Amino acid sequence: MLKIAVIGAPETVMGFKALGLEACPVADAEEARKTLRHLARDSEDYAIIYVEEQLAAQIQPEIDRYKDSPTPAIILIPGREGPLGLGQKALKDAVERAVGTDIL
Amino acid sequence: MASTAITPTRMVLNQLKGRLKTARRGHKLLKDKRDELMRQFLDIVRLNKQLRAKVEAGLTEAFGSLSVASAIMSPEMLEQSLLYPRQSVELGMTFKNIMSVNVPVYDFKTKNDDPAEIFPYGFAQTSGELDDALEQLAQVFQDMLQLAQIEKSMQLLAQEIEKTRRRVNALEYVMIPELEENIRYITMKLDENESSTKVRLMKVKEMVLQDAHDFKY
Repeated sequence: MLKIAVIGAPETVMGFKALGLEACPVADAEEARKTLRHLARDSEDYAIIYVEEQLAAQIQPEIDRYKDSPTPAIILIPGREGPLGLGQKALKDAVERAVGTDIL
Repeated sequence: MASTAITPTRMVLNQLKGRLKTARRGHKLLKDKRDELMRQFLDIVRLNKQLRAKVEAGLTEAFGSLSVASAIMSPEMLEQSLLYPRQSVELGMTFKNIMSVNVPVYDFKTKNDDPAEIFPYGFAQTSGELDDALEQLAQVFQDMLQLAQIEKSMQLLAQEIEKTRRRVNALEYVMIPELEENIRYITMKLDENESSTKVRLMKVKEMVLQDAHDFKY
């Protein structure tokens, strides 16, 4: 069976832990990068990895690396400060990539 | 110009004609594939947009409740309450084939089905806001799961569309014009050869006839 992980600030991931997800509290972007790499590459167990937007902004290249592979799905979620619009941007990027221009 | 590299013979001409036919068919098929992929993709994008808005709103709300809970309770107490989860999630994954793109389909099972069972703490020492926050999180989690599936499908489809689009364009603007150009070149060369042969033969005939019996046109 596969697992779901959440990477984010300790206060953010705390709640998800109670839901039974794998919580990975990280302090800074560097730690987030390492955790993500570890989860995505070294183990096949994680199908979905949720990453907090604030952190994702700083480790974008690492996230983009998994865009084309079927697993894991790396999904941005807003942190405690509310949505930064990065998730919407990912959507726009995908459209731009497929269509050639931003049609939204 | 690629036509300088080809030899103007009938065999090459036939070969090129065959390749042009294949290229035209491939172009048509790929174009159809691209159009269908695009249709599916736009549906998914629309769905993704809705879901994302819903998830972002839901999470903001849940985090708001969690903030209130953490303001009321001491941080140690809060951490302790959530330390050991009672709920666990298991995720099954299968793949669905959309136009030969394999996209994941998630199927998730929770260990405890009873929604009241998600709270991993006693109610006596924790605030009610924490319960609210967890309940909201549990609700938004369903949407988050669907979002994950849709977003991954979207990314994979975008990649496939990009690839197909490039192929269609390469065929349409490079391969097919080049093949046509080469075929034209060979046909012209062959015609030229033919007419020069004809002229030569006529000339030879004239010379032979004159030699034989002083014949004159």
